[in-house]
Amino acid sequence: MSAERVGRLRFMDAQRVNLDGFATEDVELGLVAFASPFDPEPGLEVEGGRVVVLDGVPEADFDALDEFIARHGIDLEVAAEAMGLTDLALARLVVDPSVPRAEVVRLAAGTTPAKLARVLALLRPAELVLAMTKLRARRTPSNQAHVTNRLDDPLLLAADAAMAAAYGFREIETTVPVLADAPSNALACLIGSAAGAPGVLIQCSVEEALELQLGMRGLTSYAETISLYGTEQVFVDGDDTPWSKAFLTSAYASRGMKMRVSSGGGAEALMAGAERKSMFYLEARCVALARAIGAQGVQNGGIDAASVAGSVPRGVRSLMAENVMVMARNLESCSGNDALMSESDMRRTSRTLPIVLAGSDFAFSGFGFIQRYDNMFGPSNFNAEDLDDYLIMQRDWGIDGGLSTVDDDRVASVRRQGAEACRAVYRHLGLADFTDQQVERAVDAAGSKDLGETDTLAVLSAARAISDTGLGVLDVVAALAETGFGEEAERVLALARARLSGDYLQTAAIFDESMGVLSLVTDPNDYAGPGTGYEPGPERQLRIDAVRQARSVEDRRAEQAGQASDLLAPLGPAEPGQDPRDVVIGVSPAVGRQIFVTLSGQPVLDVLAELLAGLEEEGCTGRVVRFNDTVDLGRIGLAAARLSGSGIGIGLQGKGTALIHRRDLPPLANLELYSTAPVVTPALYRLLGANAGRHAKGATPDPARNPYTDEAIEARYHTTVIALVALERRCVDPGLGPEELSLEGVR
Amino acid sequence: MSGSTDAVDRPALSGRPASELTVEAARSGELGFDDTRVHPETLLHQAEVAERHANPQLAENLRRAAEMTRLDDDEVLALYEALRPHRRTPDELTQLAASLEERGLVRCAALVAEAAAVYARRGLAR
Repeated sequence: MSAERVGRLRFMDAQRVNLDGFATEDVELGLVAFASPFDPEPGLEVEGGRVVVLDGVPEADFDALDEFIARHGIDLEVAAEAMGLTDLALARLVVDPSVPRAEVVRLAAGTTPAKLARVLALLRPAELVLAMTKLRARRTPSNQAHVTNRLDDPLLLAADAAMAAAYGFREIETTVPVLADAPSNALACLIGSAAGAPGVLIQCSVEEALELQLGMRGLTSYAETISLYGTEQVFVDGDDTPWSKAFLTSAYASRGMKMRVSSGGGAEALMAGAERKSMFYLEARCVALARAIGAQGVQNGGIDAASVAGSVPRGVRSLMAENVMVMARNLESCSGNDALMSESDMRRTSRTLPIVLAGSDFAFSGFGFIQRYDNMFGPSNFNAEDLDDYLIMQRDWGIDGGLSTVDDDRVASVRRQGAEACRAVYRHLGLADFTDQQVERAVDAAGSKDLGETDTLAVLSAARAISDTGLGVLDVVAALAETGFGEEAERVLALARARLSGDYLQTAAIFDESMGVLSLVTDPNDYAGPGTGYEPGPERQLRIDAVRQARSVEDRRAEQAGQASDLLAPLGPAEPGQDPRDVVIGVSPAVGRQIFVTLSGQPVLDVLAELLAGLEEEGCTGRVVRFNDTVDLGRIGLAAARLSGSGIGIGLQGKGTALIHRRDLPPLANLELYSTAPVVTPALYRLLGANAGRHAKGATPDPARNPYTDEAIEARYHTTVIALVALERRCVDPGLGPEELSLEGVR
Repeated sequence: MSGSTDAVDRPALSGRPASELTVEAARSGELGFDDTRVHPETLLHQAEVAERHANPQLAENLRRAAEMTRLDDDEVLALYEALRPHRRTPDELTQLAASLEERGLVRCAALVAEAAAVYARRGLAR
């Protein structure tokens, strides 16, 4: 007999996290994060300066990866020392802040893939955060953006690249839905980024040979999608070998271009080629190989297969451990977070947050700067939808995730500058002609769906023209200069000139906005415990803190002043009432002076009108008296009751909180209270007025229920409450007695 | 923190100093492609820097790259293609290594020669 699942379970099933796939560990399929029984025992045997056994494999049986790692990847001078340490001893050195990064790097160079995998598998989450804080190569953390769109629209690419640069991204990676568009995308992003900030590196991720060609012509300045895999079979299926990748790595350097390789746990399992090994061990082979072929850095942390790693126990933890492994091997880490690994906002945040807290050379190997639907890599783990969240998380934790707020005017102006510069260059070089309307739309667009009809063939023909004419960076510089974009011309040329010094070929190199190189060489991470390492400087911290949503008391005062009214003028000192149907509505000191609108957005005048109408329904007469000596609502309500002929009073704060009081009650007691001012409706204020009237008459009130909301009402309103109460306090005048206010114009 | 590892005005592959790479020069058409290409001496210098910063593999890569500045773009792409799996026989790779060595690209030659042996053993040759 199968009973229907209970409602609580059906309710849980409906939550978004249950759209994600979760796999039971399965060694046969490589669905295991950290330790498969088929992972080799770590081991290294050296004879006459030559590795003869690597992680249990004798050299006669070395596959291509073993061979390359054994011949090039292990520092044999420290191997005996490093391999001789217990896993635990090494793990503690990795984490201990008093052990310098250089010492960890020295020892890690002598470890085999299996050894380093074992060691880093011992680190618990908080230890991974500490290890990353200490081991990343560059002291200053940074970030990379994805800038793409469904249409390969150059003007939109340029506008988005400009804005991404202005927000602080130091690398921009683009790609294409249509391969032949690639040269146009690279060019549009190069021009756009130059309109946003100096020194932004551009990448166009396409097939290996085409990508190299774009770089050779100076249209891009780095590459990172040079894929490595952890088994020989999958590596060769990817149409490469460690030797071809080593050659390609040097090819980039020979043209003065920065490059990193790309790998990531779960890739082999996804291609049914994990050979019963754990994801982390296979990734350890990739990272060892990355070092062996001479790449300066690695993009890893799951990448395309992040959700495969995320589907198994401890998989998310292994993704971060992959990044730490790269750092331990003295390489730049471009730390994944570039694939949407969950339908759950909580889960995808949980995957990313520890890395942002620790700080990485690049926290994302592509933060989707465009909307999810426009991301031609597929949605990133964070996207345009999450930009404000990210900026605020930086501020919450006081950390530098590489970005900072750009004010509204500048967002508009850099988008326009990017789009205009792009149009000018395309026209000048005879690539395409764009209309004013197309520029306007690109500047305003939140995504390619806002562009209306576009001519995708124009993009294709522009791309073909770029390819056919052999157009290069100097042509772009000249075109920018000829069309009046002198600053952009200087910035693009500065990137070309930087190739000549080669400084940005060093590990973890980026340019700052003065074209200074920040790298392992010029800006080495010196974390050694509290008070050391990177901390945003005061100016930088201010920029991180100044999110556009923040408001001061002065801002709130100005907002209120914008709604000011000269009604509710004081008539003179308030006198005690004699009429048993007299009900005083006591208002707080700022009402009619500095506060005019309640938290719910209703004018205070309208609220008073409802209260008065409710009193009138019950045959009572209301008057409004401002109490100037306190901001406390209980005391205002009590004072109002004591002034009333009926002995019943209503208290109302400017922010909209209201209560009914009676003259014989203690101040903190009351008859009814509306504590949730933001959600009190006009009808409820009227009911409060009517109930006050019923109390005054000795009739039975109709109890009002506080309205309920499941929204984060405190998060939304508490800061306003604090500001409005501060305004109330400014208006307090203990010497000024209660004043009766004019009701003319209220009803 | 200083942005540059040294203050030398490094020349491009063409020999023109970096300081002469100006917008005006680009506009007047007096700059050529080789004025934007890195000079092998610069790469050798960066190799020393990498060596000093505990990365001999990056240094080796940069030294190989210094040799490869002598190859034109098409030849670089052709050599990359030759090293991809199942493109060349072991003998062809060995000959390729020899010709590179003859031209003084000894590190590139060593890489290709090593590939020839491993590809033969692992069935990665044509």
